[in-house]
Amino acid sequence: MSDSPIAVEQHGPELLHHFADAEQQRDAATLGMWLFLATEVMFFGGMFCAYLIYRYWYYSEFAAGSRSLDIWLGTINTAILICSSLTVAIGVRAAQMGKRKLLVILLLLTIVFGFAFLGIKGVEWYDKYKEHHIPGNSFNVDDLVRDYPQLHIDPRHEQIYFSLYFAMTGLHALHMIIGVGLFVFLTYYAWKGRYTPKYYTPVEMGGLYWHFVDIVWIYLFPLLYLIDRHR
Amino acid sequence: MATAAITAEREHYLNKEYGIRSWLLTTDHKRIALLYLISITFFFFVGGFFALLIRLELLTPAGDLVQADTYNKLFSMHGQVMIFFFLIPSIPAVLGNFLVPLMIGAKDLAFPRINLLSWYLYAIAGVVYLHCIVTGGVDTGWTFYTPFSTAFSNTRVIEAGIAIFIAGFSSILTGLNFVVTIHRMRAPGMTWSRLPLFIWAHYATSIIQLLGTPVLAITLLLVVFERAFNLGIFDPTRGGDPLLFQHLFWFYSHPAVYIMILPAMAVESEVVACFTRKRIFGYNFVAMSSIAIAVFGFLVWAHHMFVAGISLYSALIFSILSYLVAVPSAIKVFNWTATMYKGSISFTTPMLYAFGFIGLFTMGGLTGLFLAALGIDVHVHDTYFVIAHFHYIMVGGAVMGYLGGLHFWWPKISGRMYPEGWGRLAALLVFAGFNLTFFPQFILGYMGMPRRYWQYPPEFQVLNVLSTAGSTVLAVGYVLPMVYFLWSMRYGKIAEDNPWGAAGLEWKTSSPPPTFNFDEAPEVTWEAYNYEEIPAPAEVPGER
Amino acid sequence: MSEHIMSSKFYYTIWIALLCLTGITVAASFIDLGPFNAVVALVIATVKALLVVLFFMHVKYTSEKLTKIVIVSAIFWLLLLLALSMADYTTRLWI
Repeated sequence: MSDSPIAVEQHGPELLHHFADAEQQRDAATLGMWLFLATEVMFFGGMFCAYLIYRYWYYSEFAAGSRSLDIWLGTINTAILICSSLTVAIGVRAAQMGKRKLLVILLLLTIVFGFAFLGIKGVEWYDKYKEHHIPGNSFNVDDLVRDYPQLHIDPRHEQIYFSLYFAMTGLHALHMIIGVGLFVFLTYYAWKGRYTPKYYTPVEMGGLYWHFVDIVWIYLFPLLYLIDRHR
Repeated sequence: MATAAITAEREHYLNKEYGIRSWLLTTDHKRIALLYLISITFFFFVGGFFALLIRLELLTPAGDLVQADTYNKLFSMHGQVMIFFFLIPSIPAVLGNFLVPLMIGAKDLAFPRINLLSWYLYAIAGVVYLHCIVTGGVDTGWTFYTPFSTAFSNTRVIEAGIAIFIAGFSSILTGLNFVVTIHRMRAPGMTWSRLPLFIWAHYATSIIQLLGTPVLAITLLLVVFERAFNLGIFDPTRGGDPLLFQHLFWFYSHPAVYIMILPAMAVESEVVACFTRKRIFGYNFVAMSSIAIAVFGFLVWAHHMFVAGISLYSALIFSILSYLVAVPSAIKVFNWTATMYKGSISFTTPMLYAFGFIGLFTMGGLTGLFLAALGIDVHVHDTYFVIAHFHYIMVGGAVMGYLGGLHFWWPKISGRMYPEGWGRLAALLVFAGFNLTFFPQFILGYMGMPRRYWQYPPEFQVLNVLSTAGSTVLAVGYVLPMVYFLWSMRYGKIAEDNPWGAAGLEWKTSSPPPTFNFDEAPEVTWEAYNYEEIPAPAEVPGER
Repeated sequence: MSEHIMSSKFYYTIWIALLCLTGITVAASFIDLGPFNAVVALVIATVKALLVVLFFMHVKYTSEKLTKIVIVSAIFWLLLLLALSMADYTTRLWI
């Protein structure tokens, strides 16, 4: 059976047969990725809702919890992600211009930044573990009660802050890991020369995803780290 | 008389390739639709089995069939299976998958491999949930309310939560596929205002799936984490708010009911137009109402929480919004009815289901207004009144829409006609059985019988017996189509391209369609529902 | 998505802006602005997010209106969830 008459001659293997042309395929992929990011907004959004409500109820516990985080590690991580967004943006540009080697280098740099972020995140979590701030049976915030007497914190409510802290940063970290995995694939195919100025959609889509994960952190950072720091 | 040999000569999507791999690795939207058909039918009977046990228990006032804890599991799993593994996928994953590309003149959905992934996610979720059932089940109610689900239930809450989480992603990806397909893959000439209303309704459904399901996903994830890692987000002893769970849960679960009903409305538009041989009255209003239902559906969720402890002021807001959300649904009912005025009506099986839908959906919708009234809701919340209300919509509405759609498009899907006499009998059995099952429940609820109780005071017995009797009739009505659809695949009359004389691009290609849907790329130059140009079939199948 | 290829210098400018805004938001957190600390932090975060969306994600230069509709809808829906939920919590003690 022959391909449908809609099939296009002289197209690369990337053009899937149910599309009329490359432009339709690219437009479909772009819309699809933006819709997916919209679902991610709602996915993280549920936790932002929980955060909003509990911060409204338990401001002092949120303040104490926030101040127990290392603001400098958080700031460095924010800077790392911003740098990674830069490498992604310039990477997409390199793909647009057919600069294969530059693309590969930038994709690798992005992965490095990703690992750096995750490494620092791991350090932070380990600190929380040592300080007994992980919710559960060994949760203990006597140190916070002692350090911030003026806040009059209730240790039970403090667990809620840290539950949200781990849930939100954990989910974000999971998305980072997926992003790094995606970029490993992109790097491999970029190195193989699969991306050209005519076809670099996967790089662009990967870039959109990565920028989104960066944006989530752009909000997580002030909401988790910068509460009540002025005292 | 045509035989099976003639169909086999022409190549189409069913006979193009044989073998299990060609089915399990297919990216053809039509085959994926059939994969869904088989799996959701399976879960329909699983959920139906739980329903049967519930109704058997409720034959007598005493709790004498199962223990109380078992009863809790029965109604919980009945709800979860029916909602997440049957109703939510049903029409979109079976009829939507099959028809959306055909109706818009495309060769497939935008992302065929993601479509297959959707089915695999659904299947994996189903297997996980089945494992949950056989290893102890879930007793939290389908709603997973905290802190019972997070701190006190001894059942397989985590497993059920994970299963539904995975099923949720299946739903999200289907919605994503439909939206991109409808935006990007319409054939030349297929403008938005020429789209069948089926497409408009599925587009609206997909918007809800995309924006709502992720919130359910994160909520279930938080419940799973809380249970697994002893977090305290919903735990009142640590300052958590159980109502936060309910807000997040219903933010999805209310729009979810519109995911379940909009596709049935999609079917209704197509069937009513065809069997009155008229353009749907007020096309623009019906199309816009679909979008309005999707949007407004997100504004009413706390009407499930009127007596849970939300503030009176927010209850007032949600009450008013709940009245407003009825308006676009009502508009649709008026328009379908107006379509029938001076139409040339044929009482085929799909049309019987369509009539049933209008009546039963309207009753369900009106009783929803009862519930939106705060004063009445205080009285009937958590009673059988609520159960009757949503079953009128879900079963009297959505399931009848699904069955009507299956019958209407069966010739296109299988290349065979189902036996019309049996079809009509089954439709009447379903209608009669449904009303006998659920109408008594309105009365029971109003009289005060609470839901989710396995015993009840003796004065409620008569109505319960009527309800159980009805459920057996309903069960027969549901089994019949399974039997004769299977029968028809071998012995049914060979279907022509357009046995109903219906409008729509799907009827312009063969029954069953070729793998790439159209032998020649269609170009659309006509409006939707152009029945004045389409001759009625010489003999509407089944008509005397 | 557009064919418009931006200069890498422009990307570097955005990058510097994002880093500066990060510094500003950290500095601002040490100043007592009362309830406005949260507002300032969120405003700065939103500006950063806008820079990423408009320039790194090319939304400013796309001819595709649908992309902007999707983004606005997602944000609007999230705000819906937050606002209507908070409507309950903030009015619970009003009786």
